[in-house]
Amino acid sequence: MLRRTLSRVSWVDVFLRIFQLVAAVVILIGLYKTFTTARYSSEQWATLAFAGLAQGSIYALIALGYTLVYGILLMINFAHGEIYMTGAFSTVFLAMYFNRIGFLQSSPVLAIIVLILFSAAVSTSIAVLLERIAYRPLRNAPRLIPLITAIGASFALQYTFRGLFGSQFRAYPDIAVLKGTWNILGFDVPLVQPVVFLAAVLLMVALYWFVERTKTGKAMRAVSEDKAVARLMGIDIDRIIVSTFALGGALAGAAGVFNGLFRPQGVFFLMGFFPGIKAFTAAVLGGIGNIPGAMMGGLLLGLIEALGPNLILEGLGIPAANQLKDAIAFLVLVLILIFRPQGIFGERLAEKKA
Amino acid sequence: MANILTARNVTKTFGGLVAVNDFTLDIAENSISSVIGPNGAGKTTFFNCVTGFYKVDEGEIIFNSEQIQNRRTDVVTRKGISRTYQNIRLFSNMSAIENILVGQHPRLKTFWAEAVWKSKRFRNEELTALEEARRLLRFVGLQGMGDTLARNLPYGAQRRLEIARALASLPKLLLLDEPTAGMNPNETGEMTRFIQHLRDELGITILLIEHDMRVVMGISEQVTVLDYGSKIAEGSPKEIQSNPRVIEAYLGRGAASGLKAGKR
Amino acid sequence: MKINWKTTLRYGLIGGVSALYFSMIGMVELFAGRNLIGTTVNMGHLLLYGGMLAAGLLAARAHHQGKLAQHAVIGLVAGLSAAIPTALLVILHEFIPMQDVFVSVNNALIRFLTFERGLPGLLQFFLASGLLGLLGGLFDGIPTDYRRAVGTGLAGVAIVAVFSDLVTQVLTNLFGRASVNIFFVSKALKPVIALVLLLAIAAFVFMRDRRKANAPAAVAAAPLDKRAALRKQVILFVIIGALLAIAPWILGSFLSQVLFEVGRFVLLGLGLNIVVGYAGLLDLGYVAFFAFGAYTMGLLTTTTNLNLGGGVFNFWLALPIAVLVSVLFGVLLGFPVLSLRGDYLAIVTLGFGEIIRILALSDWLKPIMGGAQGVLFIPTPEIFGIVFDSPESMYYLVLAAALVAAFVSIRLRDSRLGRQWMAMREDEDVAEAMGINTVQTKLLAFAIGAGFSGLGGAIFAARLGNIFPHSFNLLISINALSLIIVGGLGSIPGVIVGAIALVGLPELLREFQEYRLLIYGILLIVMMLNRPEGFLPAEVFKRELHAGEITEPAEVE
Repeated sequence: MLRRTLSRVSWVDVFLRIFQLVAAVVILIGLYKTFTTARYSSEQWATLAFAGLAQGSIYALIALGYTLVYGILLMINFAHGEIYMTGAFSTVFLAMYFNRIGFLQSSPVLAIIVLILFSAAVSTSIAVLLERIAYRPLRNAPRLIPLITAIGASFALQYTFRGLFGSQFRAYPDIAVLKGTWNILGFDVPLVQPVVFLAAVLLMVALYWFVERTKTGKAMRAVSEDKAVARLMGIDIDRIIVSTFALGGALAGAAGVFNGLFRPQGVFFLMGFFPGIKAFTAAVLGGIGNIPGAMMGGLLLGLIEALGPNLILEGLGIPAANQLKDAIAFLVLVLILIFRPQGIFGERLAEKKA
Repeated sequence: MANILTARNVTKTFGGLVAVNDFTLDIAENSISSVIGPNGAGKTTFFNCVTGFYKVDEGEIIFNSEQIQNRRTDVVTRKGISRTYQNIRLFSNMSAIENILVGQHPRLKTFWAEAVWKSKRFRNEELTALEEARRLLRFVGLQGMGDTLARNLPYGAQRRLEIARALASLPKLLLLDEPTAGMNPNETGEMTRFIQHLRDELGITILLIEHDMRVVMGISEQVTVLDYGSKIAEGSPKEIQSNPRVIEAYLGRGAASGLKAGKR
Repeated sequence: MKINWKTTLRYGLIGGVSALYFSMIGMVELFAGRNLIGTTVNMGHLLLYGGMLAAGLLAARAHHQGKLAQHAVIGLVAGLSAAIPTALLVILHEFIPMQDVFVSVNNALIRFLTFERGLPGLLQFFLASGLLGLLGGLFDGIPTDYRRAVGTGLAGVAIVAVFSDLVTQVLTNLFGRASVNIFFVSKALKPVIALVLLLAIAAFVFMRDRRKANAPAAVAAAPLDKRAALRKQVILFVIIGALLAIAPWILGSFLSQVLFEVGRFVLLGLGLNIVVGYAGLLDLGYVAFFAFGAYTMGLLTTTTNLNLGGGVFNFWLALPIAVLVSVLFGVLLGFPVLSLRGDYLAIVTLGFGEIIRILALSDWLKPIMGGAQGVLFIPTPEIFGIVFDSPESMYYLVLAAALVAAFVSIRLRDSRLGRQWMAMREDEDVAEAMGINTVQTKLLAFAIGAGFSGLGGAIFAARLGNIFPHSFNLLISINALSLIIVGGLGSIPGVIVGAIALVGLPELLREFQEYRLLIYGILLIVMMLNRPEGFLPAEVFKRELHAGEITEPAEVE
């Protein structure tokens, strides 16, 4: 029996197992030290957590775009982060205009809705255009080819928008109403965070309803199950794929406005890269192709990223842990892909060993 | 004659589906045997278990009196089992001769870095390998096509190239997964003779999965019938043809053309 | 023949939209600052009206045949319609200034588009576009031999004018500064010279085609003697070798620096070619190994207190260690990604690359790696009293390294290991069933690729004398990836051509640096759509019918 078990284990597995163990031990030591030294008050933790949730809901919205496209085409739309950027970057000018004419302050809710619609429209158009020009002709090509195209598209979009709108940061104008704080569970939270969080959740619920209930949504699910059969059932595959890109684009566009609302440093042409990778991480975390998984993955990643540096790294005695925030997200991605590539909630599409 | 391959109580499940169920099989050395059965009966799954591509859940597979179940695929190949695939899987962007050279891999022994300074050992080995590859190419009747990309070869040539590639590792046991699939009667006849020739000429034991009953009955010394992952019959072609359970397995599914019913 | 107006207008519109695009992202205006021929033709014209010409040409070509006059009409209409979108932009700008949003739509652009004459200048813009479209249409209509001659001539003039830096440097080095002034005014060709050059090239091409056409049988029928072909190869090889050897003397210091950059990316490209081109593992974090090489070199030899070498290491001692460290990390980072499928692998390796960069930048590792300040005072290499302190001498160093890497690449490609890699790239499962240990094979690809990259990094560190974390960003990986794709995955001449085209030429056009990545991006898309195998695709090595010759190590595939 022992021999049989041994023969199943290769040295690669042993190495990975050790790696896993070391990672777990390091995390536990970090947690232990942080809690025993009581570095931060619960107030501070709560502040970090709420900011993390708001940021996470933005990741989740972008992650949905990855997951939807992956579910249908089994392809990673590497340029999705840029689609998010196009919406956010274009809309900042409209927001500035609204601010100038006073619309933004006089009726903020309506103004923000218009901004979201505009941003979603821009991102959607770019996503659809991208699909039409760069991806559709390559639908039957070997897997690496559309991926390389997507990398190319990502750079083309970044520098096109740099050419259009310039290379400096543009900040979304402050909205007076959102400046206040809100008392949640006894903690004072900047109002903008719960607003972004709730709005994002609302959008996600709407998406879930769309995919589960509407005809197009059902067709999408059919196409992701089996393209050939879906075609036989009279579903126009091209149209469904375009709708998928459009839907993902719209959510990313909305995410762009939310990001603008609660991050003061503003938007610029390279802003899509990190959120893009992180949203991809979120999608993988929740199990790529899995819609609720992407939502949960996004929120979870937001939390990990917000709390991780203080919770684990500082406990380990690493100075200026916030510098490593981005590395944490990448580390989560690497770890999850190595140890549980199907994600926490499982891939919806069980793919055979490929 | 000794048995070259013995599968004992092999079981393989996927989730709830039992693909191969308590399957036992003995293959005599230097024989030609066939595994037949309706689609989805678990034939290819069994091949995948033998070659180490799948891990078996239970049972053991013994090759040359050595347990090989659950060993890595490349290890199994090195021990002397090689195979072809139901839907041809050549290295399509490599030339025909390179495909065969890759097949010789288990026999090449020089350290990889010797290629950089081209040690004498390396040169000799490469020369012999190339010579051998050309010989195999002629053996399967593809001389002159060695520099063609595998994907540009005609269908029948691809099938034969795949066999040449499998032969290149000098296997003791060759597993052929539907070698005549998609062939017309002429080509099928040719392939049948070729398989026989393989055994007679090279002394290789051959186990094939086949749907074309003329091929199966024509060349096999032993036929095993699988249905729903379980063995339902075993024996000489004659015995199988008259076995009521086999007829039921095939006819019971409405395959009106009886035993002649192939996949096509 | 009837003219299909819809098709004509469609091509016109495509040309028009691209003209609008290039105008709005600022390329036209920036390019307009660089004169090509005298002060009349600049690169802005080339970009803007080149599109009109193409629109006319393609519209006419879409009609297959027809009279010359019809060609002219089609070209004219396409050209005129191609002017419409940009003209609308100009008019809009007149009423609504939009520079606050679209930073590139400024007065300078409008002045360029309207020939400095305001709205009435639009008439001139239309005329010019129509004319260029018409010329494009006509160009498609003239007989092939004339078309080839004129086309080659125009392209030749354009290339000389655009890359005038290269030409002027060579002239200066060979014949002195004065010779440049005969042909060029600042960076632009003199108009007379441009005309002479055009006619000379056109005449040459025309004559050559004629001669070929008159003696077609002789050329076609003569089977290439194997000996003669070999001799030709050897001669070519010798010439290339000689050119490489004397290049710094001809090109001078600035261009030697460019050549160094090309060489550095040839090294990176060769390494990545093994990982992506041969083994089919898309690695986007390749820059990490470059960083390991550079940091190892830096930390072992620096004269600052970051030094880890205890003062015993010079460049030559540190070089093998830098390569070894990179190889080690190649294996170490290769381990966890062994079982990942293609696209996941790409993103995880990208993550690795970023993690390494972020760590190098962090305060945490600052005591070891120098943080944002990097590693300073890395000494230049020195051997037998020769100090490698100039771009020219470093060029030889990187050339030597690239030659070694190319040699190793070729030898490995044509060996068992090369076949293992390719088999794995084609079908991993079957490769395993051929007895190939895919774990080992993958790790070897990662390790050797990392080694080349580390070698490049070490030389890079010694060349610059100081290294900073931000030199090791994702763009290096993307650059290396783009160049091997453009050249042709798996093709060694492709790597060289790709490095020249994607690293060398942009260095010569530094003033347009900000559009470099845009062009890369577009190039990657266009290549994947139209020519995924690259410009110099890897060829199948002929083995069966060439008994006796296993491999012929040469740059020529």
